Amino acid sequence: MTTETQKPQRVDGTLTSIGQKKPRIDGTLKLTGGADYAADRNLPNQTWGYPVSSTIAKGRLVALELDEALAMPGVLDIFHHDNFDKLSRSPNDFAAANKVGELRLPFEDNEIYYHGQYIALVVADTFEHARAAARKVRAQYEKSDDQLTDILALDSGQGDLPGEDVPGDASSRGDADSAFESASIQLDQRYSIAHENHSVMEMHASVAQWENDMLTVYESSQGVVFQRNALAKIFGIPQEKVTVISHFIGSGFGSKLFMWPHAVMTSVAARRLGRPVKTVVPRELEYLNTGYRPTSLQRVRLGADDSGKLLSIHHDGCNETSPAGLHDDSVNGATPSMYACDNVAVTNRLVTVNKGTPTSMRAPGEASGAFALETALDELAVKLDMDPLALRHKNFADRDPAADLPWSSNHLKECWDNAAQRFGWNKRNPTPGAMKDGDEIIGYGMATQSWEAMRQHCSARFGFRDDGTLLVACGTQDIGTGTYTIVAQTASEMTGVPIEMIDVRLGDSSLPSGPLSGGSFATATVLPAVSAAMKEALAELKTLATAEGGVFENVDQDSITLRDGRLVSGDNSIEIAELLRQNRIGLVDGEASTKPGDEQDQYSFRSFGAVFVEVRWDPGISRLRVARICSTIDIGRAINPLTATNQVEGSIVMGMGMGLFEQIEYDAHGYPYNNSLADYIVPVNADMPQIEVELLDYPDYLRNEFGARGVGEIGLTGVAAAISNAVYNATGKRIRDMPISIEKLLAS
Amino acid sequence: MRGFEFEQADDVQQAINRHGSSDALIAGGTTLLDLVKLDVMQPEKVVDVSRLPLKRIETLEDGRLKVGALVSNTELAKHEIVMRDYPVLSEALLSGASTGLRNMASTGGNVMQRTRCPYFRDPAMPCNKREPGTGCSAIEGINRNHAVLGTSEHCIATHPSDMCVGMVAAGATVVVEGSQGVREIPFEEYHLLPGETPEQEHDLLAGELITHVILDPPRGGGQSYLKLRDRASYEFALASCAAIVNLEGDRISEARVAMGGVATKPWRATAAEEALKGQPATRETFERAAEAVMQDAVAYSHNGYKITLGKQAIVRALRDATAAARA
Ligand SMILES: Cc1cc2nc3c(=O)[nH]c(=O)nc-3n(C[C@H](O)[C@H](O)[C@H](O)COP(=O)(O)OP(=O)(O)OC[C@H]3O[C@@H](n4cnc5c(N)ncnc54)[C@H](O)[C@@H]3O)c2cc1C
Ligand code: SF4
Repeated sequence: MTTETQKPQRVDGTLTSIGQKKPRIDGTLKLTGGADYAADRNLPNQTWGYPVSSTIAKGRLVALELDEALAMPGVLDIFHHDNFDKLSRSPNDFAAANKVGELRLPFEDNEIYYHGQYIALVVADTFEHARAAARKVRAQYEKSDDQLTDILALDSGQGDLPGEDVPGDASSRGDADSAFESASIQLDQRYSIAHENHSVMEMHASVAQWENDMLTVYESSQGVVFQRNALAKIFGIPQEKVTVISHFIGSGFGSKLFMWPHAVMTSVAARRLGRPVKTVVPRELEYLNTGYRPTSLQRVRLGADDSGKLLSIHHDGCNETSPAGLHDDSVNGATPSMYACDNVAVTNRLVTVNKGTPTSMRAPGEASGAFALETALDELAVKLDMDPLALRHKNFADRDPAADLPWSSNHLKECWDNAAQRFGWNKRNPTPGAMKDGDEIIGYGMATQSWEAMRQHCSARFGFRDDGTLLVACGTQDIGTGTYTIVAQTASEMTGVPIEMIDVRLGDSSLPSGPLSGGSFATATVLPAVSAAMKEALAELKTLATAEGGVFENVDQDSITLRDGRLVSGDNSIEIAELLRQNRIGLVDGEASTKPGDEQDQYSFRSFGAVFVEVRWDPGISRLRVARICSTIDIGRAINPLTATNQVEGSIVMGMGMGLFEQIEYDAHGYPYNNSLADYIVPVNADMPQIEVELLDYPDYLRNEFGARGVGEIGLTGVAAAISNAVYNATGKRIRDMPISIEKLLAS
Repeated sequence: MRGFEFEQADDVQQAINRHGSSDALIAGGTTLLDLVKLDVMQPEKVVDVSRLPLKRIETLEDGRLKVGALVSNTELAKHEIVMRDYPVLSEALLSGASTGLRNMASTGGNVMQRTRCPYFRDPAMPCNKREPGTGCSAIEGINRNHAVLGTSEHCIATHPSDMCVGMVAAGATVVVEGSQGVREIPFEEYHLLPGETPEQEHDLLAGELITHVILDPPRGGGQSYLKLRDRASYEFALASCAAIVNLEGDRISEARVAMGGVATKPWRATAAEEALKGQPATRETFERAAEAVMQDAVAYSHNGYKITLGKQAIVRALRDATAAARA
């Protein structure tokens, strides 16, 4: 292990598996239908649940008329407030790994907090019977007309943002107020991002089964351990009696990190009926009951001197939250670390609206905050008549100014310059509208990208089998990002056993506890645990080999190494599988737990990147398209450049959605207008620009022995800002409210 | 499950005999299945017309092109005569939906497709078109996707089809058949304005079905279809324009202009056509034509931008059609 990270180190040329472009090991299963997604699971004697949901945004449920529905063919029962089990709420504690998506339990009371809130669950013998009956349930409401679904309407446009202050989110250094007052260049602007939804391909689903007093739930989940723990708390039973399984996930983006009410309803129904119950969240409710990136409103004030040196940064944020559960997106969490500036102050506020609980959505907080900060910097560059890239260089932070710690590894300057060079930034004309091509006006914009490089505690099991295969198991998940593959690559790298011989088991809470698949920390967290478990198993093997009568009897264990699936000492070696067979042992395994150490207090860990965007604006038909996106990312070592690059590309597309299209709209009655895949506009293939991603490959050995930080989210940060900055360069219009829709372009 | 009867029709007569007013025909199913699953349409019987022998495209003696109701959107768009003589229709078709949907979608089904107004598609919401007399949720609600032309105080939903806009520009006749026999209806009169009866969407009597659409003889000239929307594909038009321009020297001898995305039915923009006739083919003329169409437009709370966007669609489509006429 080396601690010298400031000196660039390219990937060690001797690696054979880590750092290689390996196709996903689960690709064949997925392409051939062999991957068992939650809703694919059918259990013997299974029944189907279909939810009934509120059609008003606020009020009281006065009565449910169930007779007609109960008389429908195949209906077994209908669960609702008056007949539901009395349960306990989960403590909802992240540190105790029992955080849930929505704190309120389903049917807990008869209050209506939001449109779409579950008011009943119909269970029938088939999906069609359950759905048809659900549509016959009639609800009577006492409607309140003072619902709130639009926080932007509350904003006065100047001074403080609306909402309740969150004192714990505030931080400051220096004296930002005075520094701003006395700065020769000042900027004070407001920015907003619309309510976005994850729009996952695979809808949320639970299949719940009780056997005796043991609960098994098949779920599409980014956190089987969290869901297991939360269910145990809710039902008041020991954790050992609950198992949550999620072998494959058809995208989550944060909406499957924490459990939503459908899993609780389904588990109760299964217990009451004594039969397995499957509930798939209907598409239209996906948009209402499984979280979303909350609408955010931000105010950024920047003070600078004439050379572009930042003298002060104020970043105030505000996001919507729900009466059914609190979510704080802390949009400005990264701001104090981003640039060298002595005077910084950030605050956060929350406004409670009549919507379901918001949740993490890819790069939560930072993606929103980066949009505001990086757009403000572009505006500052205009005021200074300075190149936006030069402005960033001018304010580069060579250590983390927030934590006052050195970076573990930081190659942001190289990201900026590498991406700028590949993009051709030097051809940019800073005058808006100056670059033309036929009907189109071209605009260039850029932004800095960043995401905290976290690592969590993790346990794993590693086994050598007598047929030469390996078993690697961890209670984390592969949400489509490639975790199965990189775990296999790591095991292969350490043992020399080919990837095809490695059996990776994930997505099962009964395995040694692994992390959430979120926060971009899974890779940095899981691989060290796999390595430690391998070493435990290896120690066992050595004991076996050096035992009396063993091949290495009397050999010093320290002299034995592992190479190509063999134990080697001097000229002598034995295939591990052979060693096991000789001893009539099927499996030798080891388990280990790892967690970050005191490097956490000595260094600041963050990934960096730079993104450059070319837009094309055709003013004659008000058509805006993104033509080209170029991003360079510093994430430590990429364990698998194929899957890592793919994460950045996918994030960029999501950033385009934030910048150009995505927005769930509620009408004046609190009615969600476009909660369908057709009406919620996301980028489609025809919108794809040329996307060029380069990963710098500087291992960060302070983070872990593999030098890997995470990559799932950083690609999204900065993209919306770079787009809106490019739009300004093309049009001279500064759109500060995402998405940049046609009507906003026409109005400004 | 809400059951329904299902019958197969092998010829037009069977189809006519077998379906009544509370029944639905199914061709490609790309509109019908969605709406039945959403509980918006609740047919008691579904008659499958997909096997009717109405799958031919043939040139008639008078030069018109007769298109069977079951010709798929893909076949029609890719047919060599359509590509050569009715490029505006081919382009309109290809700008709609996706390849997979166009392979399923039929000509008759496309004419009959229903509005995408989200309130119409949610049975929990008041909607005069779905349930007459309950009110229009869109007028007071969000109406970003709604019409600015041809609206009434009862309904402001757009007709979503691209194909129909191309057909209005090209000129066409809808042929329907029922127990009373065959009727030919000018395409522009087939779809109805919402007025006080938004639930009546077209001039098709109970028991009738569409057997053909007959396109007018080719108009030649330059043709262009332009569809404007948020993203580059797979979205209904926010504004679209089909333009056919015939030139005599630098002057426009004849023009046909139709619009989609901005109107309650596939919209023949006669005001534009009149403003263009005999005028020089210049940007100023195109702009005057666009103004003429939109002077009657009525904006609601969220769709005022469509007035500008609609004008832009007209000006650009005319420019491109003129360029094509000169090429
Ligand atoms: C996701 C999606 C995106 C789409 N995007 C677009 C787009 O961008 N542009 C666009 O123009 N369209 C678009 N469409 C609509 C599509 O073009 C229509 O659904 C299709 O044309 C309908 O044809 P069909 O044969 O499938 O009709 P069906 O669903 O079979 O029938 C539709 C209706 O017509 C009736 N009907 C069918 N045939 C006849 C007949 N011969 N006589 C009388 N009545 C008949 C049926 O009873 C039914 O009421 C989209 C559809 C979807 C699902
Ligand atoms: S616009 Fe028409 S279809 Fe939409 S809600 Fe109003 S009446 Fe119904």
